[in-house]
Formats: sequence, C-alpha cells, structure tokens
Amino acid sequence: MLDISKIRNQFPILSSKVNGEDLVYFDNGATTQKPQSVITAESNYYQNENSNVHRGVHFLSGLATDKFEETRITIQNFISAKHSHEIIFTKGTTDSINIVASGYRALLNKGDEIIISELEHHSNIVPWQMCCEQSGATLKVIPLLDNGSLDMIAFENFLSENTKLVSVSHISNTLGTINPIEEIIEKAQAVGAKVMIDGAQAAAHIPINMQSLGADFYCFSAHKLYGPTGVGVLYGKEFFLTKFPPYQGGGEMIKEVSFKKTTYACLPHKFEAGTPNIAGVVAFKSAIDFITELGLSNIAKYEEELLLYATEEVLKIEGLKIYGTAKNKSGIISFNINKLHPYDIGMIVDKMGIAIRTGHHCTQPIMERFNIPGTARISLAVYNTKEEIDICIKAIKKAKMMLS
Amino acid sequence: MNTIQNIQAEIVEDFEMFEDWMQKYEYLIELGKELALIEKQYKTEDNLIKGCQSRVWLHAEKQDGKIIYTADSDAIMTKGIIAILIRVLSEQKLEDIIHADLSFIDTIGLKEQLSVTRANGLVSMIKKMKLYALAYQN
Repeated sequence: MLDISKIRNQFPILSSKVNGEDLVYFDNGATTQKPQSVITAESNYYQNENSNVHRGVHFLSGLATDKFEETRITIQNFISAKHSHEIIFTKGTTDSINIVASGYRALLNKGDEIIISELEHHSNIVPWQMCCEQSGATLKVIPLLDNGSLDMIAFENFLSENTKLVSVSHISNTLGTINPIEEIIEKAQAVGAKVMIDGAQAAAHIPINMQSLGADFYCFSAHKLYGPTGVGVLYGKEFFLTKFPPYQGGGEMIKEVSFKKTTYACLPHKFEAGTPNIAGVVAFKSAIDFITELGLSNIAKYEEELLLYATEEVLKIEGLKIYGTAKNKSGIISFNINKLHPYDIGMIVDKMGIAIRTGHHCTQPIMERFNIPGTARISLAVYNTKEEIDICIKAIKKAKMMLS
Repeated sequence: MNTIQNIQAEIVEDFEMFEDWMQKYEYLIELGKELALIEKQYKTEDNLIKGCQSRVWLHAEKQDGKIIYTADSDAIMTKGIIAILIRVLSEQKLEDIIHADLSFIDTIGLKEQLSVTRANGLVSMIKKMKLYALAYQN
C-alpha cells in the first residue's frame, strides 16, 4: 500500500494555491510535477558538480561524467535493457522518434510500408509522413474502433513482407487505451518488420521490460515521469543503432575528424552530438529512483483504482460522454458534456484551482474520428487522490451549470 | 454619443460591479449568448481568426462609412469576449476603429482572466478587426 500523503509531501508545488484555491493537478499526461529529490539533484548539479562530460581530465569533468553515465545504467535497469549503450539520451520522445525516422529514411525504398495508428500523437505521425515523403515508402494507418482501441484485424491485414516498420504508442495520451503491444510486436516481427513503441504515457505508469517485450525501439520523456523537461530516452537494439547513420554531426559523436574522412564514435555517443542536458540527465536518475522506490506495480494498481473511481463518478454527470472506453485503460479520462465546448469547461474549473487539459491533445485524427473539436482531459498520477477527484467533479458540475 | 471611448467607459463601469471571477464569467457567458451571429455564408476559412484555441469567425461589412462586425465561435466564453469587442468597435467610423486605444481591456482585467493562449487570441481578434477597417479604408 502506498502512503499517498507521504508521497504528496515530496512535491512542493502540490501545496500551492491557484486562484486562491488548493491546486488540483490533473494534467499529468502533459507533464508531471517534480519531487523535491529531482529539484535538488538538478540544482545540486549546478552548485557542486557542473562540468562538461566525457574526455575531461580534471576532477569535476570526471564527476559529471560519472553522474551522467550513472543515469544511463539506472535507465538500463529500469527498462531491463540488455546493454547500457542501447540507451540514447535525447531531448524527449519527439526527438527520439525523429532519430529513428531519420535513420529509416536512409534505409527505405519505394514499395516499403510503415504502419502507424489513428490514435497516435502528432509526434508519432508527422516524422513518419516526412520519412515516407523522402524515401518513397507508404504510410498505413490502423483504424480505431468506437471504444478507442485499435482495429487489430485491420492491422493484421496490413502486414506483409513490404512492412518494414510498425510505430505505435504504448498508451494513448488522449483516450488512455493501453495498446496490445506484445501482440503487435509478435505479429509484426513475424513478417520481418521492426517495431517502435512510443512509451511517453506508459513509462511512469506501468512496468516495462525491453528484453521480454522484444521491441526494436522504445522511447519516453523524463518530464512525464516526474523528471526534468528536455530529457528523453531512445532505447534501440544494438544492431539497428549500429546500422543507422548518425543523426546529427558535431562534437562527442566522432571518433576521428579530418577533412579527408571523419569516422563516428561508437554507441551511444554516435547519437549524442554536442553538449547534452547534463543537469537534466543527472536529475532524471532521482526521478527513476523515486518511481523504483514506490514500485511501478504499486503505482499501476493505485492509479487503476483512481481511474475506476473517477470514471464512475464523472459518469454520474448527466450528458457527459467519455471518449476512450477500451477494456485495458490507463489513468486518462477524455470527455465532453452535451454540446459544451471543452475550453469553456477548462477555463471555469481553472478558476477553482483545477488543472485539466482541453483541446485536441496533439491528436487531431482522433478528434476527426469522433467528429468533435476537442475534449476535456483528466490525466492521473500517483500523487492524486479520490478527494481531488471529488473536488474536480464538483467544479465540472458548476461549470456545466454556468454554461448551460 | 456612442463613441468608442464612451462605450469603453460603460463596460468598465459594468465590470466594476462584479465582485468575483464567477460574476465576470457569467456576464461573458450571457454576452456570448446574445452575440449577433455571423451569417452562415461568411463562416469561411478566410474569416477564421488564427491564434485562437477555439474557432472564431469574424465578418465585417461597410455601411455609410461605418463598419458592422458579426462573429461566431464554438466556445461560449470566446463568444462573450468577441461580443464585448463588437460592442466597442461595431458601427464606428473606420478612422476611429483603426486608431482605437482599447485600454478598457487592461482596466477590466480581461487579459488576466484569460490564460496566455487565450490572451493571444484576444490580441488576434483586435488585430483582425482593425485590419478589416484598414482594408475598407484602402
């Protein structure tokens, strides 16, 4: 059993007031708040450890490098990757997907196919559209069923020897659907395709294990996982990362530079050109430690309990419709009430100290699929409580009354 | 005379009566419901204001040297905000619209009521209204 009030005490921002009211933060799908340990690690880095990483001979450079590489090992263990050099530090999930898309651009030809799905975040759509435009490959899109789950029959029909890559999210940021990625990976790999999983919404909420999952690529962002912004992870199997050309040229990523021929560094440095977000990477470790200490399966269990409670309670509001009712769901509730515009609801509950997100959530194809301008979205994290859900529901009811 | 300055002063007076955000919002919602709606044929891509999070259409017509604005939005609060702007700028002379100093927005705290992205939308609305006046002048 998690002690939620003890957890909440670790997050300074959660005791702040917004518009004179206690903050209720339900925008965790966009970014989570940070525990004191992460904030301290980031500032401590600049106060006591700051130096540029790798190849420095002096004390501080060695210290910064050790700290930086310690996070890599922590993440390797966190996601059970086989090698630490399969962990590439990036700016975030979007950056990670772009690295893989750019790698594939050089490998694909006309007639090759990439499969994504209708519920993807724009960052798992646009890089592949660009990749297809430049390589001549074709993009196929797995349609959604009415409950917000993927049409797996359509997916299987898409698979052929032309399928080179399948890129889908682990959890939908708008609908909360947990996609059957084990099945997707197995079926895609059976026809010789590779699989990339966008784990932005998953890594802080359910346990992930790269070796048992077998995904070829997996990515996520630190800031959705109680860590700092501007840091992300690209996990890739050693074989592919070795095969890919470098993404960006610069310092750090080279072995030898001359005007005749430059050779590139080995993994992971080949993909980490330039000075990285060292402070962010160092503090990222504290975020992982925070999660590991609580235990991801405990977190998943608690958040599921919250989701069930919140779903039951919001459905008591007359005229409220939830988008995304798949059987296997994470702590995300997207909804609309009658014909009310989600922005109006969001603005009014904001005045009562409640942070929810409204709009298309960077998933315009989902909005088109359900023929709506947007939704209001509650997204949960481990520090949220049933009391907060009650406060939020009261506020939503008030907004509904004012707007109707 | 219903000059831009006079109408602004009226609105400031209205807002002074409100004690909290809720009364302000209720007022905006009320105004939104009363907004003179744009005719369907003008709800075009060209009349859509960029920079707003909800969709806002604005149309302007010149009559006797003055401009008549009509608008619509899919969000009611946005409609309320544009209704206030229309109350101030509609049926005014081109010159006056172009040079209007809309200081009442700061006085009534409308920008603070809105999130930054919404405030950007407000700026876009005013810009588009002034641009219509400029276009008709030329």
